[in-house]
Amino acid sequence: MTAIDSALQPAHDTAHGHHAKPSGIGRWLFATNHKDIGSLYLWFAFSMFIFGGVLALCIRAELFRPGLQFWQPELFNQFTTLHGLIMVFGAIMPAFTGLANWMLPLMIGAPDMAFARMNNWSFWLLPPAALLLLLSFAVPGGAAAAGWTLYAPLSTQMGMGMDLTIFAIHIMGVSSIMGSINIIVTILNLRAPGMTMMKMPMFAWASLITAYLIIAVMPVLAGVVTMVLTDRHFGTHFFNAAGGGDPVLYQHIFWFFGHPEVYIMALPAFGIVSHIIPTFSRKPLFGYTSMVYATSSIAILSFMVWAHHMFTTGMPATAQLFFMYATMLIAVPTGVKVFNWIGTMWQGSMSFETPMLFAIGFICLFTVGGLSGVTLSIAAIDIQLQDTYYVVAHFHYVLVAGALFSLFAAVYYWFPKMTGRMYSEFWGKFHFWWSLLWFNVTFFPMHFLGLAGMPRRIPDYNMQFTDFNTMASVGAFCFGLGQLIFFANMLHSLRHGRPAAAKPWEGADTLEWQIATPAPYHSFVEAPDLEVGENGRIDAMHGGKHH
Amino acid sequence: MASRRVLLLLTGWSPAVLAAGVNLQPPVTGIAQDIYDLHMLLLYITGGIFVLVFGVMFWAILRHRKSAGHQAKHFHENTTVEIVWTLIPLLILVAMAWPATRLILQQKSSAGAELTIKVTGYQWKWHYDYLDDGVAFMSHLATPQSAIHQVADRGEHYLLEVDQPLVVPTGTKVRLLLTANDVIHAWWVPQLGVKQDAIPGFVRDSWFKVDRPGTYRGQCAELCGKDHGFMPIVVEAKAPADYQAWLAARQKAAAANLEDPNKIWPLAELVARGEKVYTQNCVACHQANGKGIPGAFPALDGSAIATKDKPGHIDIVLNGSKKNAAMAAWGKQLSDTDIAAVITYERNAWGNHTGDVVQPKDIKAARGGKA
Repeated sequence: MTAIDSALQPAHDTAHGHHAKPSGIGRWLFATNHKDIGSLYLWFAFSMFIFGGVLALCIRAELFRPGLQFWQPELFNQFTTLHGLIMVFGAIMPAFTGLANWMLPLMIGAPDMAFARMNNWSFWLLPPAALLLLLSFAVPGGAAAAGWTLYAPLSTQMGMGMDLTIFAIHIMGVSSIMGSINIIVTILNLRAPGMTMMKMPMFAWASLITAYLIIAVMPVLAGVVTMVLTDRHFGTHFFNAAGGGDPVLYQHIFWFFGHPEVYIMALPAFGIVSHIIPTFSRKPLFGYTSMVYATSSIAILSFMVWAHHMFTTGMPATAQLFFMYATMLIAVPTGVKVFNWIGTMWQGSMSFETPMLFAIGFICLFTVGGLSGVTLSIAAIDIQLQDTYYVVAHFHYVLVAGALFSLFAAVYYWFPKMTGRMYSEFWGKFHFWWSLLWFNVTFFPMHFLGLAGMPRRIPDYNMQFTDFNTMASVGAFCFGLGQLIFFANMLHSLRHGRPAAAKPWEGADTLEWQIATPAPYHSFVEAPDLEVGENGRIDAMHGGKHH
Repeated sequence: MASRRVLLLLTGWSPAVLAAGVNLQPPVTGIAQDIYDLHMLLLYITGGIFVLVFGVMFWAILRHRKSAGHQAKHFHENTTVEIVWTLIPLLILVAMAWPATRLILQQKSSAGAELTIKVTGYQWKWHYDYLDDGVAFMSHLATPQSAIHQVADRGEHYLLEVDQPLVVPTGTKVRLLLTANDVIHAWWVPQLGVKQDAIPGFVRDSWFKVDRPGTYRGQCAELCGKDHGFMPIVVEAKAPADYQAWLAARQKAAAANLEDPNKIWPLAELVARGEKVYTQNCVACHQANGKGIPGAFPALDGSAIATKDKPGHIDIVLNGSKKNAAMAAWGKQLSDTDIAAVITYERNAWGNHTGDVVQPKDIKAARGGKA
């Protein structure tokens, strides 16, 4: 520990020049500072969120009415595919990595991420990958159009857009694996004295467990898309029955990645909410220890449920039963978390600033997604709902109202610490209520569409589905518009926001609120001595030095 | 229409709304009925949980707020409560799993079927083969292209209508053997409670037993490429006597339609027939004007293969393309006469004026006795 600490400290004060705040484009291209890299990640994720959002609106425009108005079916399929890939790999995952980069060292008293130069490369791999996906629209045959799941053998039929997608997935996989190694090593090795594992903030726990999930499953994804690549170009027959392969094998391997991936996008959200709810309830997190165990159980169970995405492939009854029971079991630790959050609010002294609103919105709507998830886990019912709009509704409740709302909550919560300024509370609250309303107008009717028999991934539909589709499209455009309010609020507040106090939230008690606002460019270059309570609560801090 | 629906949604759940497509379609098989009932049970349980849990939360939000002057109490754990709220969900899940398990076992027991039909998914149509009765046919989307662009041409069953439905007898346990020719499709008819992936190279089975005569509609449920949204399924359930009459008529027609493979056709007849074959099978990719979709599907109008290389043309239609997996091997799907007709059509349509005639016997020869 001491050896690592001293290795990470800047040489000494006289040789100061090289770690003064760099300027110009070089500050970003050669960034090794965790705060700069965190900001890069967040800006990248936001631009991908806009890109993926525009694709979503292209989809909703076509589905506004029956008939084909704007796009040919082939292009429509490209939109659904790229919308999924970009939101998952370009927006949500990088946003969480960005927050971990920014906040983890501040929350556990580390000087920076453990591998600062690798951190730079983890980020700078992402823009080329995004560029490949963007460019794939322009190649002959267009972008990949097999759905974000890229099921074989459909994905072996596509044009070179599929190859670009596979390459992009490889690059993004390498990036997220490196990012995860950094998070794991930072948390395990660079905690300040006193910040023990069973005391550290839930966001650190969630990031740690998520990082392990990423390292476990991203290589699996890389493997399966490589098998598609060799089937496409090098004459292998992994997924071609005529050559002794099996199309369903693709789905098994993909979902062995795909289900833990769902939790890669959910666990960090749980971590964020586990700080915001206590802060604005002015009361410690209820059941910290059970939160840690619940998060770990969810992570372990996530490896045992993959085939619930495949109930209609014709698995034997025993396999259906096993995967159904295992999936239902996940409801138990997830329920514990929801109860713990409500237990935290109970008898608190709550106030409802924007981060708290988004956190409460998260809990309610994520639970709606969880309950429709229980319904889907029942294999007998899933036969009717698999591949319908019910599934689309379900996972958007989990990923938009879940992951995305938690990200908004986090950005509002930590914005003062990151920038030294307050955002506009009025426009923050407006953004919340606007998003909450139109999110539900967009996605709630999709439950009805799915139940009534509308398959997903179709560009045109029978007239009986018109009303709810029209409603969903109107909702989607309004929801999209609302995100510009968020953007404008952030941009304006960055320059003109009211200066923020070191601890703008009365109930905040973790380490990042103990240092100046905005956070110094180099923080904790000397580790402080901490007296820490559960969930990273700082009871006393001695020493510690910043630049 | 939309505003009325929204209004009803906002003002409460009237039966009219329930009938207008917010729940599973009315079941017509025992399995579909059981799924419907189990889903309602789940809806009540999960709805109850939601109201209960968030009732507590909103109570806290109302009462335990700073603006109401509430002081925070600083408890942060309670072992008894935590054990209780772990065990209660577990018990609820067991209660859900019990009926679900029984239903799954029932869904999976396809033994004792009285009629077996092989279903093959193609891009983008379904083929039905009554294995014991010598009747087989392709089922295509019947909605005309014009309806996709013009509201006036749309009927009630827009995109959910086919030229030849699957006909089954009522009160009979029908077993489906499902497979696919190219990519994965999924055969789904909501009112029957059947959804089963059709996987190329593998055979999966499913079953249903319809009680009421009627027409039941569904769609392909697994993304299978460009026209995934345009390959509906229609099942017509007839009383056993009507079914037998239909079957006999089909068998008679099939016998009458057996074509002499050595017949020599005149150009005009081949072109006329070829145009029909083209419209049913080729138009989705190569388009009605023969121009294809640049970058994705090659043009036939003016292409070398459709104007010069006749053996190559026959080969690619019969055996598919080695370079582009989207071009299927039609030899497995179409008769010699149909293939001869469509090739003749392609060589004489649009700007292609080769005057070439390809006869069924040429196709037979090209198959090299393989067929």
